[in-house]
Formats: sequence, C-alpha cells, structure tokens
Amino acid sequence: MNTPVLSAQDIRKSYGRGANRFDALKGVTLDVHSGESVAIVGKSGSGKSTLMHLLALLDNPDSGTLSVNGTDATSLSHSQLNRLRNADFGFVFQQFFLTPNASVLDNVTLPLRIAGMGARERKTRGMAVLEQLELADKAKNRATNLSGGQKQRAVIARALVNNPAVIFADEPTGNLDSVTGGIVEDILFSLNKEKGITLVLVTHDLDLAARCDRQLFLHDGLEEPGLEQSGAGTRPVSVSAPASAPVAAPASPPVHAPTPGTPTRRGRHAGTEQGGAE
Amino acid sequence: MRFVDILGAAVSNSFRSKLRTSLTVIAVFIGAFTLTITSAIGTGVNEYITTQVASMGAADVLTVTKQGDQTKNIDAGPAKYDPAKASLSGGFGPGGQAPPGVSFSALTLKDIDTIGATPGILDANPLTQVSPNYIEYNGRGKFELTVDPAAALTTPDLVAGEPFSESGDANEILLPGSYLENLGLGKADAAVGKTVTLGITTYTGEQREVTATVAGVKNESLFSNGVGLSQPLTDALSAIQNQGKPSNTVEGFFAATAHIDANSTQEQIDVIKADLDAQGFKAQTVADQLGTFETVINGIVGVLNAFAVIALIAAGFGIINTLLMSVQERTREIGLMKAMGMSGGKIYALFSMEAIFIGFLGSAIGAVVAIALGSVISNALSNTVLSGLPGLHIMQFAPASIAVIIGIVMLIAFLAGTLPARRAARQNPIDALRYE
Repeated sequence: MNTPVLSAQDIRKSYGRGANRFDALKGVTLDVHSGESVAIVGKSGSGKSTLMHLLALLDNPDSGTLSVNGTDATSLSHSQLNRLRNADFGFVFQQFFLTPNASVLDNVTLPLRIAGMGARERKTRGMAVLEQLELADKAKNRATNLSGGQKQRAVIARALVNNPAVIFADEPTGNLDSVTGGIVEDILFSLNKEKGITLVLVTHDLDLAARCDRQLFLHDGLEEPGLEQSGAGTRPVSVSAPASAPVAAPASPPVHAPTPGTPTRRGRHAGTEQGGAE
Repeated sequence: MRFVDILGAAVSNSFRSKLRTSLTVIAVFIGAFTLTITSAIGTGVNEYITTQVASMGAADVLTVTKQGDQTKNIDAGPAKYDPAKASLSGGFGPGGQAPPGVSFSALTLKDIDTIGATPGILDANPLTQVSPNYIEYNGRGKFELTVDPAAALTTPDLVAGEPFSESGDANEILLPGSYLENLGLGKADAAVGKTVTLGITTYTGEQREVTATVAGVKNESLFSNGVGLSQPLTDALSAIQNQGKPSNTVEGFFAATAHIDANSTQEQIDVIKADLDAQGFKAQTVADQLGTFETVINGIVGVLNAFAVIALIAAGFGIINTLLMSVQERTREIGLMKAMGMSGGKIYALFSMEAIFIGFLGSAIGAVVAIALGSVISNALSNTVLSGLPGLHIMQFAPASIAVIIGIVMLIAFLAGTLPARRAARQNPIDALRYE
C-alpha cells in the first residue's frame, strides 16, 4: 500500500489545565489514503472536530505524530504549511463562514486571492466552479441573500476552487434540511468518485457516514473498534478505555444506531450551532 | 495575497461599518484640518517675512547701535556721567527729544568713524532721522507724511517706477501707493517722474521747502513703512533741520548703517560683529533682526501644531478602538483566512492597511477642506483686516507640507493600527473558527 495522504499516529490533545483540563483526544490512530472517503463519527464532545482540525494541520497535537504524504507535519515551515492549507486542502463548514457582505464570487475566490492569483484568472476559475455547482447566476449576489443549500454549495465551490487533494467537511449537512442535505451529500461524493478528491467527513449522522468508504467512531476521545460500517446495533464498550474511564451508561449510547429509512440527518445540537454565517 | 488585493480588501472592509468608520475619519479629519491650517499660517507668515527680508535686500548691511544702558544690569547702579556722550537731543526725533523715562545711548560722529575703521567694514553712515512737516503736489493741498528711515538701505517692493538711481545725487522720493489719491497724483504709473514739494522746519522754527522727483511707487511692508527719501534728499532735509542749531550740541544718532562685503561668509560677519562688540557696539544684520521675529512666529505656530497633534493622538485612539471592534467582529473571517493558508503577516498587513486607509481618508479630506476654507478666509482677510499689509496671505498651502501632514497622519494611523493588527495576526485559526 502506498503512503497515506494523511496519517495520525497515537495523537493526543487536551484543552485547558488543572481542574478544567479536558482531554479531547486520548490517542487516536488514523490513516487516510488518496481517493478515499473517510467519516469521523461521534457525538458532540467526542473529539471528532478536534481530530479533523489536527488532520487539516490547523492545530498541533500534544503528542503523537501527524504526517502529510509521509512528511512529518512538525518539519513543515510556516510558509509550507500555509501553502498546503491553501492549495491542497479545502474546507466545508456547517456554519458556512461566508463573508456576509461580499459577493458570492468574491467569497468563492478567497483562497485564490490568498494564493496571490490575478483578478482575471480568479474570476475565470471562480465562475467555472460556480458553473459546476449551478450557482453561476448567483455570482454577483451577496452571500447573505442565499438560501441554506445555496450557501453550502457556495462553500463547496470555495473548497473546490483551488483543486484541492483533500476536502475536509465538518457536519456539511448539519444546517440543511434533508432534501438539500441529500443534494450536498451527492455533490461531495460525486467529487470523491469522479475527481478522486479525498474526503474527510465529520458527522454524527450515521446515514451520511455509511456512504463513506470507511468510518472511524470516536467516543470520549478514543476510537471505538468493532462498530464497523453500519453496524447492526451491537455496540461493544471500548476495550482500550483506561480503567478510570467509566463505561458509557447504556441509557446514553455514544452513537445512534441507524434505523433504516429513518432520516437521522438533523442532529440534536444542530439548532444550537446554527447561524454561523453572520 | 497581492498588495492590490490587500489594499482593495482593506478599503472595502473599512466601508463595511460605515458609521463607525466615518466617525473615526471625522476624528482624524479634525486633527489633520487643524494641522493643515496652522502650518499654512506658519508658511504664510514666514513667507511674508522672507519676502520682506528679501526686499531689505541687504545682506551686506549691518545696523550698528551703541551698547550700554539698555542692557545694563539693574544691580550695577547708575553709570558714571560722561559729558562727551551724545544725548539724543537734536538730530533725532521730531521734537529733538527722547520720550520721557527712556534713555537712549546715541552714537556720536566719532563712534561712526570708529565703526568705519573696523576691519571688514567698507563704510559707515549715521542713520539720520528727518521730519518733514508736509508733502504737496502741484498746489493740491498739503498732507502729513511719515518717513521711512531705512528707505535708503532697502530694495523696495515697487509697483511702478525705479529704485533710487545709483549715481545718488538726485533728490528722489518713493511714495506708498496709499498716498497717491490724496496728493492728486492719480495712477501709480502716472505719478512716476512728477515733482513734489516737501516742507520742513529749521531748528529755529522757519519753514523751508525742498522739491523731489517721484522715483517710484511702492507697496507698504512690515519693515519699510512710509515715504522713502534718497540719501541726497535726506541730507538736504537734515541740513535744513539743523540750521541754527547751537554748535556746542553733541550730535547723536540712534543708529548707524555699515556696509560690508556682500560676499562675506557667516563666519566673517561673526568676526566683524565680535569686533564691534568688543568696541562697545551692537551690530545686527537684517537677518538677525528678522530672525527674532521668525522665532516668535515659529513658536506660536509650534504651539498651535502641538494642539493639532494632540487632536491627532486622540484620533489615533479612535482608530485603535474602531479596529479592535473590527477584529472582534471578524474573528471568524480571520480564522477562515488563516485556515485557508493566509499568513499572519498578511493578516497584519490587511488590518494595518485598513488603519492607514482611515488615516489617509481623514487627512486627505481634512487637507482639502482646510485648503478650500483657508483660501477663502485668507483672501477675505487680506482684503479687509490685513489690507494694510499688501502681499500678506495669512495662509499659504505648500504642497510639500501638506504631503508631510498626510504622511504623518498615516504614520500615526499605522501606529494606532499595530495593536489591533497584531491581535488579529496572532489569532489561532481553530479558536477563531470556534468563536461564537
């Protein structure tokens, strides 16, 4: 097997100190290969977003090694890191993070502007990617005037505009209704299949996770092995959990077992995380 | 990110919160406006003085006075009486007397010779004050006149005619423009070459008349006020004025003028001045005399500028506040840009540029408004209150000093922007993206 695009070996990360110390990740190992789609699944607080941020090199782990195409992330200089984030990674956020008063085109071409590309080429590439996501007619609109689905498509356009190798998507459908969410999912997976873009998805939605090639289930900062694919509800307790970590109470399972046919896309905390774009 | 894009982003970001930006711009505007006005006054007044100095034209002339009583230490008590010392009775002042309570030390003819003998001095002449009673043209009425004592030494600012002829043996007179109408001389050009009559009283009280030709018509200025008389005319009038004067009176002069080589360096002039100083005389060049004046003007302008700078510093805090709020509001956007590979340095540049732009906007508007308003006020003043000083434009806007002001304001704005910009540049993309 060739070198993984992204590799995390036994990474740990904690926030705060003393009594407020919170261990977000307690030793997680994950390899992501080129062209794969990987879902990081877990409920809120499980450390899934932290893991994604670390994989995207937006943050440094407390311990463990991260490597990109076999290169240790700590050996990368600031400018190499910035180049990597700018050119090789694309981000899709649940809260969109669109600049409200700028036009859709300006929002989408932000990575190109950061890369230092000229205005004319920016426009050509921006319009091409908007065309691809059927948003070309909205190019001049303000980002605030878009519907939720349009906003998320604009965000995907922004992630795509640099022809990235990897797209990181943090709850990409969390703020969308099921129909719109389905469309956004289809776009992401078709990019993965047709263009070979590696997809790293963070979600608590098992239906969405099930569409990925691989799933990594996280619970309290640790991987839960055994709960493979769309596992049939047999949820073994984490064997690698240290003695001090209490076994999850049966009343609150770490993940919902998916019930076929039931849309579970709308998350419990989706409402509280809404309204990100303003 | 390219410079143009940073500039564009900074400009559009500044206008995102229009009210807040405009309030900050107003604060900067006030400072820049004040600074532009005060510096324009400084330029205007100093330029006027410089023109006047140039009209004195005499870098080769020293005004020499007697050192002594005026500068004497109060604790030293009265000086010993010297019968040979000139009093200022006769030859000086209309009544031949110094004002009560003021004691002048006058120069005697012997002093003039001493000054003339000083190395480096080409010649020395007493500064004679004559007091004609009236001036008349062609029997059209007698008018009082003021004589400009320095006229023989200066290069006058002429409206028409010529300066005194070089040969210097003709009775010539330079009239201020304001005299023409009353005397019935008509326009400036027409007055040149006409003959006027001056009336003067002898020491014994008889009135005599002397005729003189109008050589030219001049602008009145700070240092050359009144009618200018050529040296022969002054001598003639002086002779009449002193007719019948008792011969035992010691003749005294308030001051003497000494010519030096026009190519003298400052060091050579300093040597001559020191030499005269050692002999008990105080010598000043025109520049020395006017330097004092300029120092005062510069002092006043400096104080006004200090107030303007204080206003600008206050405006600087306004910029800090505006940008801090802006950084706070745009935390997420900053996080996003960093996540997309924008370096901290570029973020810093973006926010600094925004501060500089606010500074530029405020200072440019301030300067433009100051120029517009100042020119109108300056013109209005020179036509009314300051009409007595032709050539004085109280405010003059020098492009260089306006550029410097805009530059300074932009620098202050940049300095004010460093704190918020640093805060923005240091943000961690993750914390910024999580920020609610």
